[in-house]
Amino acid sequence: MKSNQTLAAWVFTGPALIVIGLFFLVPVLLALGLSFTDFDIYALASLKNVQFVGFDNYLTVLRMGLFWKALGNTLYFVVVGVPLSIAAALGAALLVHSRLARWKGFFRTALFTPVVANIIAVAVIWKYLFQQHYGVVNYVLGWFGVQPIDWLGNPHMAMPTIIFFALWKNFGYAMIIVLAGLQAIPDELYEAARLDGASAWKQVRHITLPMLGPTLMTVGLLTMVGYFQLFAEPYVMTEGGPLQSTLSVLYLMYNQGFDWWNLGLASAIAFTLFVFTLAATFLLVRVGRRKGWV
Amino acid sequence: MPAMKRALHLLWLLPVLLAALLAGCARAPSESRIVLRFWTMGEEGQAAAQLVKGFETLHPDIRVEVQQLPWTAAHAKLLTAYAGGTTPDIAQMGNTWIPEMAALRAIVPLDRFIAGSHIVTPADYFPGIWKSNVIAGKDYGVPWYVDTRLIFYRKDILAAAGFDHPPTSWAGWTRMMAAIKARARPGDWAALLPLNEFEQLVSFSLEQPGSFLKGHDQYGNFQSPQFTAALRFYLSFFRDGYAPRIDDTQIASVPIEFARGHYAFYVSGPWMIREFETRMPASVQKDWATAPLPGPTGADSNSGIAGGASLVIFRSSRHKAAAWKLIEYLSQPAVQDRFHQLTGDLPPRRSTFARPDIASDPYAAAFFAQLQRARAVPRIAEYEQIVREMQTIAARAAWGRLDVAQTTALLDRKTDAILAKRRWMIAHGRLAP
Repeated sequence: MKSNQTLAAWVFTGPALIVIGLFFLVPVLLALGLSFTDFDIYALASLKNVQFVGFDNYLTVLRMGLFWKALGNTLYFVVVGVPLSIAAALGAALLVHSRLARWKGFFRTALFTPVVANIIAVAVIWKYLFQQHYGVVNYVLGWFGVQPIDWLGNPHMAMPTIIFFALWKNFGYAMIIVLAGLQAIPDELYEAARLDGASAWKQVRHITLPMLGPTLMTVGLLTMVGYFQLFAEPYVMTEGGPLQSTLSVLYLMYNQGFDWWNLGLASAIAFTLFVFTLAATFLLVRVGRRKGWV
Repeated sequence: MPAMKRALHLLWLLPVLLAALLAGCARAPSESRIVLRFWTMGEEGQAAAQLVKGFETLHPDIRVEVQQLPWTAAHAKLLTAYAGGTTPDIAQMGNTWIPEMAALRAIVPLDRFIAGSHIVTPADYFPGIWKSNVIAGKDYGVPWYVDTRLIFYRKDILAAAGFDHPPTSWAGWTRMMAAIKARARPGDWAALLPLNEFEQLVSFSLEQPGSFLKGHDQYGNFQSPQFTAALRFYLSFFRDGYAPRIDDTQIASVPIEFARGHYAFYVSGPWMIREFETRMPASVQKDWATAPLPGPTGADSNSGIAGGASLVIFRSSRHKAAAWKLIEYLSQPAVQDRFHQLTGDLPPRRSTFARPDIASDPYAAAFFAQLQRARAVPRIAEYEQIVREMQTIAARAAWGRLDVAQTTALLDRKTDAILAKRRWMIAHGRLAP
């Protein structure tokens, strides 16, 4: 009986395991193997030209000034972008969830639209909006006497602009999850609080936020892991410039892998980023555990 | 190229892809015509689409499918196409990419075709340009259009500073810039050499004897006195305040800034002729001209990059003879002349330069003069990686973060590291030096 159940379990999970193994595990292991070789343009011509190089690629990555610059840019994006995204998602979810709000369905859809919009198409539009001389953003700021800002061409402004763009593009996803979390909070808690004379802010502070803890934790983790893999936004908006100020780790990997075809080194960059992401995730989970959110 | 324009390129690629897709679907299986897949890059793609119509009329049995790639994505696309076995029959290719494609054996030598051709005659091509496609004695491409960097200058600003001729030597150039800078309004400069472009420093180094690589291009040679002299001259633009320390992405429009007199000299390539003609106001059109790059010791030592793009045939092509016919068609002086009218690109052949349309162009004359002397850059797969690294380091030196000796030593170290695999390949007899 027991063995029958085990068999059934394998039969049911088998197809999924095979798919995961074939399309996830095997490529990851291959990439790991690749990161210990000097696979490059010559190897593409003939596999005989591949050498095993041990940890050389990893040492190269750690000694590469550009890697640390890219990691710094990525951390900047994560540290500023994740809290802002969560705040925007929470704010939007509270507004949409509010009992005073009308046309909830419309707003929910409208705020979620950027998530499903094609990034290339919206990037072209945002590039026009942020254009220094004829962009709408500077035009509107001009009404208040602000001098035109070179949003995407100035090394100090480019990353904040990218963060804003990513925020606009991504917060809808987190908003939907937070909204689901909000709907799960029992109304009785708010009723009791109102009877005790709690203000709207106090209700948010002492009921909504603590009850949302686990949801926010999940959303924070998902957003953080996603933001560590920053690539599409700078790729379509700035190509990593100006002065490599929006070059992310993944972008560096793309350059090494697909511009120079140094696939060995590119794989090593990928796994190094993986280690950093993993470390950041552990850190966040630890904090969450202490607060009882996990 | 401004970033906005690049994005637009991506956009108009969509209909082209769609059209290619539809054409693919609509093709009747019984069609007997040969279909040549022709990959082009950037602006040249639009012109190519027009030129191949004439070819198809001449050869009713051949149909040419032109696919346009944006320059920024072209290199990655070519490599992935090779890895995936989906390379086209024929492609436009930047000369500096050819060594890489040849090392991959993705493209075939064309010597056999060239020997039997009475249209593609090597002697009619500029020698440096022709040489840039010769790797280990074999010819891998036929030059299609050329690129060499020289000076665009403002005649009126030079005249106001007391000079009635463009500079011909490095020392003369420096004297002129000092005089111009001394009279310049605040915020104006004598020259513009964007710090993210490697071509200027490479050009100066090619005006010196020797190369920045040595030992069959297996080691860096940046600490040689020749490259050091070129680097010193390059850095003097920034150290002495003749040129601003900026990237070209920080300039909204070079033609407009040039028209306003923000710069008296600009080092750039042939496509800038049309940019200046169309984007500078009529009031300053009589005030600008082109001149060969000044040489270290005068006009006799002038040289420059022999660059540009060529046409290549892929090993995977099943229609190499037809592809060669297309190359021959596009290489005819009359067709190159038409190509010049469509794009403003300059032709690689002396006989095309002799046609009335180009011969009467005052701006093309300086290019013609320099192209006779232009030199091919090292033909190795790692070239672009090396010169980009070089420019990143040179930019730091221009900002004063490194001195000349530190810069050249660092360049040699980085270059030797990049070339490690090439040395290994040669040592193991897997690559011809």
